[in-house]
Amino acid sequence: MRLWQNALTAIVLSLVAGAALAAGDMGEVKKQAVNIPAIVMFLAFVAGTLGITYWAAQRTKTAKDFYSAGGGITGFQNGLAIAGDYMSAASFLGISGLVFINGYDGLIYSVGWLVGWPIIMFLMAEQLRNLGKYTYADVVSYRFQRVPMRTMAATGSLVVVVLYLIGQMVGAGKLIQVLFGLDYIYAVTIVGVLIILYVTFGGMLATTWVQIIKACLLLGGATFIAFGALHVATEGSWSPEALFRKATEIHAKKDALMRPGVLVTSPIEAISLGLALMFGTAGLPHILMRFFTVPNATEARKSVFYATGFIGYFYILTFLIGFGAIVLLMPETSGYMVTDPKTGALALKGGQNMAAVQLASAVGGNLLLGFISAVAFATILAVVSGLTLAGASAISHDLYANVWAHGNVDEQQEVRVSKMATVVLGIIAILLGIAFEQQNVAYLVGLTFAVAASANFPILIMSIYYGKMTTKGALLGGWLGLVTSTLFVILGPTVWTDVLKFGAAIFPFKNPALFSMIIAFVGIWLGSIMDNSEQGKRECESFEAQDVRCQTGIGAEGAASH
Amino acid sequence: MQQDLVRAIKSNPKYHELVSKRAKFAWILAILMLLIYYGFILIIAFNKEFLSQHLWEGSITTVGIPVGLGVIISAFILTGIYVFRANSEFDRLTAEIKEEVL
Repeated sequence: MRLWQNALTAIVLSLVAGAALAAGDMGEVKKQAVNIPAIVMFLAFVAGTLGITYWAAQRTKTAKDFYSAGGGITGFQNGLAIAGDYMSAASFLGISGLVFINGYDGLIYSVGWLVGWPIIMFLMAEQLRNLGKYTYADVVSYRFQRVPMRTMAATGSLVVVVLYLIGQMVGAGKLIQVLFGLDYIYAVTIVGVLIILYVTFGGMLATTWVQIIKACLLLGGATFIAFGALHVATEGSWSPEALFRKATEIHAKKDALMRPGVLVTSPIEAISLGLALMFGTAGLPHILMRFFTVPNATEARKSVFYATGFIGYFYILTFLIGFGAIVLLMPETSGYMVTDPKTGALALKGGQNMAAVQLASAVGGNLLLGFISAVAFATILAVVSGLTLAGASAISHDLYANVWAHGNVDEQQEVRVSKMATVVLGIIAILLGIAFEQQNVAYLVGLTFAVAASANFPILIMSIYYGKMTTKGALLGGWLGLVTSTLFVILGPTVWTDVLKFGAAIFPFKNPALFSMIIAFVGIWLGSIMDNSEQGKRECESFEAQDVRCQTGIGAEGAASH
Repeated sequence: MQQDLVRAIKSNPKYHELVSKRAKFAWILAILMLLIYYGFILIIAFNKEFLSQHLWEGSITTVGIPVGLGVIISAFILTGIYVFRANSEFDRLTAEIKEEVL
């Protein structure tokens, strides 16, 4: 442990020095005000979370500790952690920015992201807890052939993790550049190094607590900004009506701000987007892993209930923040608008995604700005750690221990592989962040949710409910879902026309989930009914025992034995 | 799980009570949530006018605001209803089954 303390001290010191140095550099080059309160608060967060990592490292000995925090997280804590995983910096800044520009339309997105949670609760939460061990691949390989099923589930996990990571890393680099005046490359490196530390030393326990702390800070900060803005913008009357009225007087869209507008035009796009948002959530590996950190199904249910409450409240706050930003930032006299040199139009300093951050400064001055900047950075760190742990588990628990070594591997070795995978993923994340710096990564969120909804979700839900599913059916449907969702996004208007500039799109819809999900489910069904093998028959027969465990939790991992 | 234990559980009437009650309850709530959400989306797609009405005479707040907030709050309430029943009635039934067969 002595070595550990020295290592941590050295890292904290080098981070402080690095941040100060980089900030100094940037100050000279770009003449950007260095945000001292932001840096101080961020360093306090880093020091606190590294302390937690140190504490968690001493309690992380077995594979169960590493992957699922020993199964000892309570429902309330897990609810906060799930909410933390879900409330990424992208959704905090992105949705409030969307409301700032489009008004009511921003709410439509939030609603879609939230309603996946009740569905997870009713159809999956306790079943997952009763069947799984560390990863969702445990559930989908429960009664099927281990090697091909694990390979597919791990591939689905890794694709989702990597896509999500790219978006988060690029977002992190850009955000930190604006907020802290720190170089892009320093920013992504700091994020990469910190998450490697959290995950390799502290495993799921540290990742969960980093997530909980961040969720509290984010909810607290967003509450303060939202209600602060409501108070200031309405001159103390706290009336949303007054806030909306002022916003429509200022905003160029006028009354249209309060009405659904351009976001949902074609019903097919709307339904397809809704499906991806709803069921994509139920296919995100870092979210699914959280269900194995609680001791039983009772706590698993509670955690979804709390998570839904926190996330719903958070989305209501982002809506208020967007409108507060219109009233307090949009008037030219506020000093937050600058003329875009290209178009000559007025635009928010730093872009529309900075609405929440700039509003913090308008409501609470430099101190609140610093706090929110630090929280945004912390948010990225926490979400990236969760993703990295999910990716590392897919590599070590699914690919290494169960596919490559056929389950004949001792626990310590598996954990060692997991830690190596974490380091490699952390480095890959840094490299991806650098490689995609100049790319528009907005489409990646849609792609991630489409893949999760079309590849991971169908095999997961069908392995729980469809007793006649066989390995062949699951493989056919799962791979079809993965390939078609990716292909449709690439051939669709977002990538083919806007990113690659190849002209008219081959696949006409922006949101492919409606089609790729149907293909996946039909694939599972067809592959299963056409499978007459002995193996397939045995798999159908073993559904009975799986279903009993699924329904009662008898025999579940970590369940109290009588 | 051993075959005889599976048999014992499956022949227990309480097991069937648990499975059928819970499945029915869960699917009803899931379908309710889907109806609420897709109802909202389809109103946006086909009848924007409905959501654009003023909430009261002279208000700037539109019907869309409480409707949108209502969808968010309904998600929370529906999960609450499920947890409340599952963590009392269903967990009690499960515990009784375990006591009888294990």
